[in-house]
Amino acid sequence: MKVDMKIDVHHLTRVEGHGNIEIEVKDGKLKKARWAVVETPRFFEAMLRGMSHDLAPMLTARICGICAIGHGLASLRAIERAMEVDVPETAKVLRLLAKHGETLQSHTLHVFFLAAPDFFGVPNVLPLIESHPEIAGLAVRLKKAGNDLCDLTTGRPTHPVSLVPGGLSKAPEKHELKAIRRVLVDRIPDIEATAALFKTLSIPDFVRETEFVALKGEKDYPWIGGDLVSTDGVVKEEDDYRAMTNEYKEDFTTTKFTRLSRESFAVGALARVNNNFKFLEEKSRAAAEELGLTPVNHNPYMNNVAQVIECDHVIRESIKLIDRLLEMDLSDIRAEYRVRAGKGVGAVEVPRGILYHEYELDDQGLVVKANCIIPTTQNNANIHIDLSALVEQGLKEKKTDAEITHLSEMLVRAYDPCISCSVH
Amino acid sequence: MKYLGIDPEKIKIGSFDFTCCEGCQLQLANKEDTLVDFLNLLEVVNFREISSYRGEDYDIALIEGAISRQDEVERLKRIREQAKVLVALGTCACFGGVNQIKNKFEIEDVVREVYGDDPVETLPVRKISDVVKVDLEIPGCPVSKEEVEKIVVDLVTGAEINFPKYPVCVECRRKVNTCVFDLGLLCLGPITRAGCGAVCTSGKTACIGCRGPAEEANYEEFRQVLKEHGFTPREARERIDFYGGLPEMVIDES
Repeated sequence: MKVDMKIDVHHLTRVEGHGNIEIEVKDGKLKKARWAVVETPRFFEAMLRGMSHDLAPMLTARICGICAIGHGLASLRAIERAMEVDVPETAKVLRLLAKHGETLQSHTLHVFFLAAPDFFGVPNVLPLIESHPEIAGLAVRLKKAGNDLCDLTTGRPTHPVSLVPGGLSKAPEKHELKAIRRVLVDRIPDIEATAALFKTLSIPDFVRETEFVALKGEKDYPWIGGDLVSTDGVVKEEDDYRAMTNEYKEDFTTTKFTRLSRESFAVGALARVNNNFKFLEEKSRAAAEELGLTPVNHNPYMNNVAQVIECDHVIRESIKLIDRLLEMDLSDIRAEYRVRAGKGVGAVEVPRGILYHEYELDDQGLVVKANCIIPTTQNNANIHIDLSALVEQGLKEKKTDAEITHLSEMLVRAYDPCISCSVH
Repeated sequence: MKYLGIDPEKIKIGSFDFTCCEGCQLQLANKEDTLVDFLNLLEVVNFREISSYRGEDYDIALIEGAISRQDEVERLKRIREQAKVLVALGTCACFGGVNQIKNKFEIEDVVREVYGDDPVETLPVRKISDVVKVDLEIPGCPVSKEEVEKIVVDLVTGAEINFPKYPVCVECRRKVNTCVFDLGLLCLGPITRAGCGAVCTSGKTACIGCRGPAEEANYEEFRQVLKEHGFTPREARERIDFYGGLPEMVIDES
């Protein structure tokens, strides 16, 4: 049987930013399967030139409306490493808590608002409010807990206020930490219910062997700084991130592509779980096993499940971090530092994968040169190659145009691409 | 929602994004406590970021982002033709936002810095009102979700929309915050329009003017304040130019 197929999804919905899926099949043979990013670039690296270092985290947080805290933290880490600033332990713990708030709000936004409608066959989350009020309730409560945690630690979830070089400009009060702790404890049954819900959903059956890249855990599940690791056995230092990413550009897309040991690699929740499974909270690990998520899992659709598991992990770890903070002196949150010339790299695990910022600063503390490598940039090539494999598999299984379109859209969404971020 | 005891027809709303981070649209989904009630008031017919339904019959168009490519100009003009009310949502839409920092540099130079020898298409950044008629501007980086909700409800119910005329400084003092000038920071609170709840200065960081000029701003007095605190013109200018919303605040080089 001769099969011709032309699929053109213009401006894919329920993702952040603008990208197109283009698939062409002729006589049963795949001619083209593309993930083309058409987002308008903003040129942040150029804007940073000549800017005071203390404005850099403010500017780069604005690369992304979802992971602004992550950008702020990567920017601060690069600056603080360039100037050899020793950030107080209290500020480090508070920053990690802010990071966890962002992971929780971002993952819940994706899992419930962007991905879940596909599993229920609805165009958006709104019909679920009527048909599945209990699921809408989980979504709203979990997302709010994440946002409230960001509010408390950085002033607001989008474009944080209090992340400054040297530490934080303001710390929460202990009574506020106790209050959010109670909220987080109450969210544990919610995230357990979410995991149970995912047990009932059917995750598309698609596997393509992939290299997964993440920060390398030493004692804990890693979020901020440290060595880089891949499931193909590559280990590199944080400063050597360019050798881990190897950016290049293709003509049909405004984002750059990256590669390591193979033609592409993946970052994000699934990559982190695949590389650092043993460092997950014990109960989160058990939940992952229950959902069939053990390393190394090569099904990209399982990224949704990995996000649920990470939500479980960050809620439990946040409670422990708050317990530590309640024993600490919350006035010691900011180090004095001397402005000096230097170069620094900051690698941070943001919701969609490793984010790198690198700055060169002059002796006035002005940015001479900047480089930011975004998680979605690192995933774009992998999404693109997954698409070809997915269509090939679909053709073998005699799937219809509509089925292949649906699976392709779900595939791209599973990566939770932040396209505006990737074209910064 | 009933208004004066009458159930009005649901107003159809579309949300569209251009050159930006999409953080302002996200604020609409971020106010979880009132999200469901708010959505009951409206019919969201086009909101690509959160919905696959794409209706073209919207009355109110919320526009996030600035304009930096020709295809965006065409898309924006089509939206303008359809929308009865076009709202510029957020600092990028109102003033160009951080995107317009790019305009300080030569375009070719900017493209080379980021893309090397593989150039991509881009134009100097423009705010929405440079391209089409704008009916209402709601600034903020990001917008305040409380403010947007209130304004959209006012739009739907036909109530008058009022923004504060006074600067952030007034709001900040009401909160009895320590003035961040006393912490050594250069703050644009004295000349920036209030309505944000002084969120940055309450977090002990400086205002960088995301909401544009306050009607009651006194620029001459502010220049004096900057001088007295010993800030250099470079330091002042880089903050005043950060969002592109304060073109009237001129800093002389002396």
